[in-house]
Amino acid sequence: MTANATAELDTFPKLLLRNEAVRPHRPAMRHKDLGIWREWSWGDVARQVRCYALGMMAHGLQRGDKVAIIGTNRPKLYWSIMAAQSVGAIPVPVYSDAVADEMAYVLDHAEVRFACVQDQEQVDKILGVADRLPKIEIVFYDEPRGLRDYDHSRLQAIDEVIAQGEGILLSDPAAVKRLDDAIASGKGSDTSVILYTSGTTGRSKGVMLSAGGCVKAATDTVEFDGLTDQDNVIAYLPLAWVGDHYLNYAQALVAGFTINCPESPETAVEDRREIGTTFAFAPPRVYESMLTRIMIRMEDAGWLKRKMFHYYLGVAKKWGEKILDGKPVPIGARLNYALGEVLVYGPLKNVLGMTTIRIAYTAGEAIGPELFSFYRSIGLNLKQLYGQTEAFLYVTVQSDGGVRADCVGPATPNVEIRIDENGEVLYKSPGQFIGYFKEPEKTAETMTEDGYVRTGDAGFFEKDGQLRIIDRAKDVGKLRSGALFAPKYLENKLKFFPNIREVVAFGQGEDFVTCFINIDLTAVGNWAERNNVSYGSYQELAGHPQVYDIIAGHVAEVNRQLSEEPMMAHAQIRRFLVLHKELDADDGELTRTQKVRRSFIADRYGPLVTALYDGSTEADISTEVTFEDGRKGVISARVRVMDAKVVPVSTPASQPARAA
Amino acid sequence: MNAMNHSEFRQDIAPGATLLAVDNVTLRFGGVKAITDVSFDIRKGEVRAIIGPNGAGKTSMLNVINGFYHPQEGRITYRGQTRSKMRPHVAASQGIARTFQNVALFKGMTTLDNIMVGRTLKMRTPFFWHLFRHGPAMREEIEHRKFVEEIIDFLEIEHIRKVPVGKLPYGLQKRVELGRALAMQPELLLLDEPMAGMNLEEKEDMCRFILDTKEQYGTTIALIEHDMGVVMDLSDRVVVLEYGQKIADGTPDEVKKNQKVIDAYLGVAH
Repeated sequence: MTANATAELDTFPKLLLRNEAVRPHRPAMRHKDLGIWREWSWGDVARQVRCYALGMMAHGLQRGDKVAIIGTNRPKLYWSIMAAQSVGAIPVPVYSDAVADEMAYVLDHAEVRFACVQDQEQVDKILGVADRLPKIEIVFYDEPRGLRDYDHSRLQAIDEVIAQGEGILLSDPAAVKRLDDAIASGKGSDTSVILYTSGTTGRSKGVMLSAGGCVKAATDTVEFDGLTDQDNVIAYLPLAWVGDHYLNYAQALVAGFTINCPESPETAVEDRREIGTTFAFAPPRVYESMLTRIMIRMEDAGWLKRKMFHYYLGVAKKWGEKILDGKPVPIGARLNYALGEVLVYGPLKNVLGMTTIRIAYTAGEAIGPELFSFYRSIGLNLKQLYGQTEAFLYVTVQSDGGVRADCVGPATPNVEIRIDENGEVLYKSPGQFIGYFKEPEKTAETMTEDGYVRTGDAGFFEKDGQLRIIDRAKDVGKLRSGALFAPKYLENKLKFFPNIREVVAFGQGEDFVTCFINIDLTAVGNWAERNNVSYGSYQELAGHPQVYDIIAGHVAEVNRQLSEEPMMAHAQIRRFLVLHKELDADDGELTRTQKVRRSFIADRYGPLVTALYDGSTEADISTEVTFEDGRKGVISARVRVMDAKVVPVSTPASQPARAA
Repeated sequence: MNAMNHSEFRQDIAPGATLLAVDNVTLRFGGVKAITDVSFDIRKGEVRAIIGPNGAGKTSMLNVINGFYHPQEGRITYRGQTRSKMRPHVAASQGIARTFQNVALFKGMTTLDNIMVGRTLKMRTPFFWHLFRHGPAMREEIEHRKFVEEIIDFLEIEHIRKVPVGKLPYGLQKRVELGRALAMQPELLLLDEPMAGMNLEEKEDMCRFILDTKEQYGTTIALIEHDMGVVMDLSDRVVVLEYGQKIADGTPDEVKKNQKVIDAYLGVAH
């Protein structure tokens, strides 16, 4: 992009006007309403947004005001964002499933004057906390149902605002001029949007993003993935999440492609299938649940179909990824794969609504290699990216052909990455945030002196230049020898085996790594049934010698993988045990979001941890448990401790975590 | 959007005026008296609850109102017309729709088709045209489908539009049943335990739909419900039956304070 063009198109309202001029008849948005897809072209959207902005200005909206956007993905809420930005106001999308109290915090902290909301539910929430929000003046709503009898002194339908703006557009040239000036005077350095972090680690923070930065970042990735105005996305991710604002809103305005809004969140999968999207994003658990659903349904299919399905999945597993990556594949295998495409992969992708997808991304958490390969092997171009709100999403991204399950790719174009001494990933990116809203001290904590942003994640570069994220930086420790110990990294590796449900790794300041393992009752129970292994309880199954053998095999496999990674080779698991009870949030062993509380568990199962390190082969433990009805009881058990197979490594232990 | 109010002959009863009056109704099955000399009225635009302990005659009362049972004594006056006998389909064509205590849908048909069934009485084109789905029949079909889609949107059941009803959980089946009743554009909607067997969230949703129905379509609603919290929140007036007799009638607050009601529910009888 030339410097001149950048100067012209550095805000989203300007991009909207460009799209109106360049591709007035291309569809900009679709929304399924009453069972039918409605469509707005870029020309329509630009006109609606102009009227909407004029209407809001008539209500007193000014440059710098904050406008909350609350609801699911609907055209009028996207227009609200555009209209606010046109005036120079700052949209603040808020998670629509937030309870009134959380919402009050964000609305109050962001000092919003206006709110554009979806329906009665959101209106009720705001009215419920209105006494804590003295700054809020008017709430605009999209869906009028149930609101007819409300006091409308501080409430108005978005449709009415747009209609009002339409009147102004025709009758008041001065107001239209003011709006045109407002759009023209928008600068790249203006705050374009404030996105609040979801707040899993403490109070949510308002991340301020600059217009120019946003546009630049989106331009880079649009070019990287070759997105054009022929592309289609389905918008089902929360508006308040950076992923939606980036992948859908920002990229659509830059590339001019179509945003499709589903009828309701529950119909997103089916709606996607109807539309045939070409660009998709979903967190790993969405891909996982789709696969599980297929596998279960295939079990009910006739034997011919089932045989065919499994045979061709085998073919895909062997050749699919190679074909996708353009590697040499024998002609016979190619033909067989093509036949599989006709018989299995094609219909399967059709059911999943993936027939037309060119590029699919996943991010957010570690994805199982099996899961990742499955989708790639049937021909879905699934890739990983790594990013965060503060970066305006992208930090790294995998290119076509350069995809691996365990890494998140090299730095995105124009992003610089550095690994800190403690292993933390730092970056500098075009979309990088201006700062946290009203929290300069937190901004300062997050930034380094030379302008890099701390991600809070630890990682390192692989030989091929791809970044590998291993853990939260504060969780990464060291063994006594100085070798790197990343508990979550080990735990995730083990958890990719279906037989293993939960893992707790120990090793901080110790000589070697050990772990507790929780078996997955469904998977292991299923295995027991098929192999005539009888058991009376979870405890009995967990302690079964054959189960121990299976788990030992999994641990040995993980150790083998670790031995091939120079950074991790010394953190192989030496000893492990299978816990006699499932870790449970009711007992405080897991958080409510199912994350292990490592130090609490180490305390509670102290004798077992000791046994892991003192060389004994079994240990007694009795723990208090809470039953579902709230009663308490005690479970006692003798747990066997097993030595794991370790692959010897010759390289010296400690080496610095440096970038490639 | 508001296609429901189009039947012009229904506009003549003003909100608040009596829509349906039950006068001294007695219903006997052989020697058993299910309802004894009960009188009350339902006013246009209100939510009227009928409550009472098990076996108090609530469902029988609804069956009398929509013409399924014929009382031995007493009169029903609906829209100013007094009747002693009426068949359910006549009641339906006069604007009385109902849902049932045990869901009565066509289990093998989709949500969409079930709600379409509610439009049957509104179909005007001859059967012949419908055989070919052509000409006027197709135009009419599209019109009805549009109306049904509005109901689907209203009840937030887009995601199950094409799912056979038998596969749906109970709470959703109840919602579909309400949808079918609404498809008739009823003036008076009778709901027999609309929230039985629902969890808290489903109940809250159902409450919202009932209130929205009243507000958006101006439908008068008579409902039987056991959840007292729901009844007291939703209804404008409550009539209480016990052993087939009326023991109280009034606003929720009045009924709550009535000693006979308290006895019937809490004390003496149980």
